[in-house]
Amino acid sequence: MTDSTAARHDWASPEFSAHLRKRKRSEFMLKSLGIGAISIAFGALALLIGSLVSTGYPAFTQTHLVVEAEIDRDLMDPENPRDGNFRQLARDIVTNRVVLGADTDNTDRLTDILSNRAQFTLRDMVEANPDLIGETVEVRLPVADNYDQLHKGMLDRDTPEEIRRLSDREIEIFDQLVEGGFVAKPFNWALFANADSRFPEVAGLKGAIIGSAYALLVCFLLSFPVGIGAAIYLEEFAPKNRISDLIEININNLAAVPSVVFGLLGLAVFIGWFGMPRSVPFVGGMTLALMTLPTIIIATRAAIKSVPPSIREAALGVGASKQQVVFGHVLPLAMPGILTGTIIGLAQALGETAPLLLIGMNAFITSAPGTPFDSSTALPTQIFIWADSPERGFVSRTSAAILVLLTFLITMNAIAIFLRQKFQRKW
Amino acid sequence: MTLVAFLILFTAVLIGYLLNLRAARALRDGGARMHSLDGFHGGYAALMVLVPTFGLIIFWLLFQGSAIEFLVKRSLPADQLEGKGVGEVQLIMAEIRSIAGGRVFGTPDQWKLDGADLLVTLRASSAWLMVAATAALAAFMLYVARSRVAADFRARQGLESIVHRLMVSCAVVAIFVTIGIVASLSFETFRFFQMVPFWDFVLGTSWEPQIPIREEQIAAAGAFGMLPVFLGTLVIATVAMLIATPIGLLSAIYLHEFANTRVRAVFKPVLEILAGVPTVVYGFFAILVIAPALRSFGADFGIPIASNTALAAGGVMGIMLIPFISSFADDALGAVPRSLRDGSLAVGATSAETVAKVLFPAAIPGIVGGILLAVSRAIGETMIVVMAAGLIAKMTINPLDSVTTVTVQIVTLLIGDTAFDNPKTLSAFALGMVLFLITLMINVAALRIVRKYREIYD
Repeated sequence: MTDSTAARHDWASPEFSAHLRKRKRSEFMLKSLGIGAISIAFGALALLIGSLVSTGYPAFTQTHLVVEAEIDRDLMDPENPRDGNFRQLARDIVTNRVVLGADTDNTDRLTDILSNRAQFTLRDMVEANPDLIGETVEVRLPVADNYDQLHKGMLDRDTPEEIRRLSDREIEIFDQLVEGGFVAKPFNWALFANADSRFPEVAGLKGAIIGSAYALLVCFLLSFPVGIGAAIYLEEFAPKNRISDLIEININNLAAVPSVVFGLLGLAVFIGWFGMPRSVPFVGGMTLALMTLPTIIIATRAAIKSVPPSIREAALGVGASKQQVVFGHVLPLAMPGILTGTIIGLAQALGETAPLLLIGMNAFITSAPGTPFDSSTALPTQIFIWADSPERGFVSRTSAAILVLLTFLITMNAIAIFLRQKFQRKW
Repeated sequence: MTLVAFLILFTAVLIGYLLNLRAARALRDGGARMHSLDGFHGGYAALMVLVPTFGLIIFWLLFQGSAIEFLVKRSLPADQLEGKGVGEVQLIMAEIRSIAGGRVFGTPDQWKLDGADLLVTLRASSAWLMVAATAALAAFMLYVARSRVAADFRARQGLESIVHRLMVSCAVVAIFVTIGIVASLSFETFRFFQMVPFWDFVLGTSWEPQIPIREEQIAAAGAFGMLPVFLGTLVIATVAMLIATPIGLLSAIYLHEFANTRVRAVFKPVLEILAGVPTVVYGFFAILVIAPALRSFGADFGIPIASNTALAAGGVMGIMLIPFISSFADDALGAVPRSLRDGSLAVGATSAETVAKVLFPAAIPGIVGGILLAVSRAIGETMIVVMAAGLIAKMTINPLDSVTTVTVQIVTLLIGDTAFDNPKTLSAFALGMVLFLITLMINVAALRIVRKYREIYD
């Protein structure tokens, strides 16, 4: 007995070192598995960001045709420039001036070089400054999606002509334009200044950004006061009984209900029963508020809980009423935590798509909403629409829109982290 | 006009505050011993005006639409609506609304023009009436509040009881959201079961909801058996969990036990970023990168992989759930008392043995709770599957095939045509009801496990 114990504790024995090696190996195994798992997560994030950036960055520039052109007096009435024939003007600009000297004949479909919407760029320009009529000015007009892709090198010139979207001849003419210095690729302000469009070269995010902003505003105005009120009541005033237990369980469960169910609720109640309009940011904001409410309540309760009881006791001791204690002392001290939780909740709401789809915020709307009661899209639903669009140009625009959305989200989270670091006290 | 009503409201609140404040100050200056501070008198008046008037405006805005619609519908000539279904009446109302909005197409019938005229008049008078009612109520409340100012009026208690009631109603809102979900879902589901037998829905093995909504449309006869849809959901959720669970658990173990502070400081935020990416982004990632990669991979090996295979949607969903599981597991491991860990290390166990044989078993309930919550997420996740999974319901468990899910069906059925009078749209609510019940059961179980487990060590 003694011998065997001694043998088992003989660290130099071969059995023991074999055993030790095995144990060390399993330690190493678990560690490498852990590193492997982390690397997979890291790799997935890198792949996600990498693919979005690599497909999205071309959308931040837009190929333009830059030409000197005469704003033809015959095509419009200086008194009423809005009704001028800008379609013809756009056509004239390509055929008459740009390809002067280029070797073209009538069969070349030159007008296709410009975006279908170039006439409206011209119209807006002349409308803003009617003095231009009859003058010769430099105009910058967006080119059509296929040529934009060609200029950005995303259209493979080596594919056989039959299955390429541009013919050899069209590419040749465009190359002549590039050589002649008629083509520029400035930053794509239209991505932020335009609303949605069927034509990728002029489609922008203005309507979606404003729609999202309105929806978030409504969501904040509803969920912030109600959430704080509910949290204060539950944390400071509610008697501990079955009803308050029920409310607590209920709130925790609400936080885990699938978002699409909130969409069904919004659709059935707000639109079906109350007859509110579809597709408007106001209804979207109300639906998002219902989802954000549990997040805010949970964060606020945690923040209130972290305020030490000595603060309350001191205030009560000098004669403050219970509500004076809460509103005068506890709430201000808990505010950084509450704001952090609220911002994180709003960031979630900003990225939420499914409920907005159900209440119709995926409609095709070509103007930015003026009020929260006008139809519009939101950023995530706009991403969904563009991801579904067949035109090649929308692939990079979808990625660009995602990058814009992620920028907003990262900014919001950074503000939340900043608030937490800067103002939160450790008691 | 809504803006005017709100302006009146806020002016009245301000006036009420100032009036009572000054009245109380005047009393105090006159030598009265006031029960409450002047500010409480002001605040009392402000809330007395704000709460009922605000409620009135909201009530008006919520119900004026339906009321006006009802009045217009009643004014239409009875013979025009006779024998028409709900959908057709809705179409007529939509046309009247667009005429009233100034968008006239063709030459509408005279009775429609009359209806539009009535709609315009009613809308205008409703707006005026709302402003008038707001002003009247605000004035009345101002008067009531002002008349209560007296030396012995307990304004602070009055104010606090209003605030207290407001807070109670805020807490009750949370309950009302749940009631709203249950009520709206069960109401529409009940109507669905009036058209489609309950057992056909629960046990049916064929899902073809694209039935004709109008008579002239050509479509399938329709079948509403939910089993293939749920099978598809299960396939995708299983794929997701098979990816997320091992990776999430192993990264949590590594971060918790092996990584030093510097590594933790880098990797934890990375996982948090993964958790914060909106699901629509993951959906686009699935169709942009993962699905084409899987397809070409399958083509290389001669395996037929559908273009919207369950593997792509499930895989990306798995990536989305990694941070979810790892943060739950991390919390659970962290909640194990330090004495257990120290004891294990002190008798000579390696870190790996400590984690595998001491910490992990002790943390199992918390980890299981986290995994259950992740399952409920996977079942309810919408955007990834809407973008990357299929539309056709098949009775298959092959993850290489294209399957559809409950959430995909809900979204596709409700995008576009949504008159609540045919089994096609109502079936979405039935699916939503089942989805809600299943996730609710999983959530309740998970939260109970997590809670109970916390109590053991706290």
